[in-house]
Amino acid sequence: MASDVANSDQNKPASKGKPIAFVLLAIAAVLFILGLLDDYEGVFAIHPMDQFIVSPLFGDGAVHWYTPTNVTMWMALCILSIVALMVMGTGGRAIVPSRGQSIAELVYGFVRKMVEDVAGKDALPFFPYVLALFMFILFSNLLGLIPMSFTTTSHIAVTAILAAAVFLTVTIVGFVKNGTAFLGLFWVTSAPLALRPVLAVIELISYFVRPVSHSIRLAGNLMAGHAVLKVFAGFAGAMGAAAFAPIFGVVAIYGLEVLVSVIQAYVFTILTCVYLKDALHPHH
Amino acid sequence: MEGNIAELGQFIGAGLAGMGAGVAALGVGNVAGNFLAGALRNPSAAAGQTATLFIGIAFAEALGIFAFLVALLLMFAV
Repeated sequence: MASDVANSDQNKPASKGKPIAFVLLAIAAVLFILGLLDDYEGVFAIHPMDQFIVSPLFGDGAVHWYTPTNVTMWMALCILSIVALMVMGTGGRAIVPSRGQSIAELVYGFVRKMVEDVAGKDALPFFPYVLALFMFILFSNLLGLIPMSFTTTSHIAVTAILAAAVFLTVTIVGFVKNGTAFLGLFWVTSAPLALRPVLAVIELISYFVRPVSHSIRLAGNLMAGHAVLKVFAGFAGAMGAAAFAPIFGVVAIYGLEVLVSVIQAYVFTILTCVYLKDALHPHH
Repeated sequence: MEGNIAELGQFIGAGLAGMGAGVAALGVGNVAGNFLAGALRNPSAAAGQTATLFIGIAFAEALGIFAFLVALLLMFAV
């Protein structure tokens, strides 16, 4: 009865969803058989933090700043896929866009509108920088969701460089465009005079804490999400014959992680726009 | 079971700092819930305010991140 309704009501989504459900059930069955065997400890010995280890691509010597590691490989893949989408996607310049071209145009228009709405029209010279940030973070997040891959943005070292670059840009732009009037950002003229020195201290602290929260928000979200995925996968080792059960949890968390990847890229770029607005118009 | 008392304190402190992340969740839920309440009253104005929503969530979340940072520092840096 229930399958009858599903078939007649929504024919297309149901037929599209079937192969995915089939693959899931197949993996669950394989895990079930592995769980019946006694040596499942070796199969499912997963440590949730092992996925974040930086290791050299060739050999296993020490990691120097010039060593090609898995981080550099996934960053290069990320940039290659951005180039593939943006250059090859828009290469046709069709009036009726293909799928690739419409995705590229969608991202371009989305980020441009965000810069214009949040930071104002005079922030548009910084639009290429903001688009590059958004694309890099989005693609690293999404590439990191491929099983056995490496999430470059889950490392504070990577996000700290991105956030420090934004912080330096914003500070330099603020002083170049406004001169010493940029310090008006810390002097809240709408507050009572007696309160202003106190507020100035608070504003100053919050200004210098920006790059910290900006970078750790991204790295923390990504790292925590991926660790949770591995923790759920690790439950399989302790469950014996029921080792197939955690896959449903893993799939649910994975869906959440796709959402988090996009939202965190969005939050990082929109905060960059907010900081740019502060730099261009430092009046409260 | 052996170990020194400083290590014990580190782990207890990291656990306590973890509670801060949970309290930040209350703040994020408060922002999102109030946005939804306002959006249901005036749905036509809601679309223009989603950017504000995410900025508000980001600022509320930042304080939870500081708690997480304290936990990380206690676990690995002290």
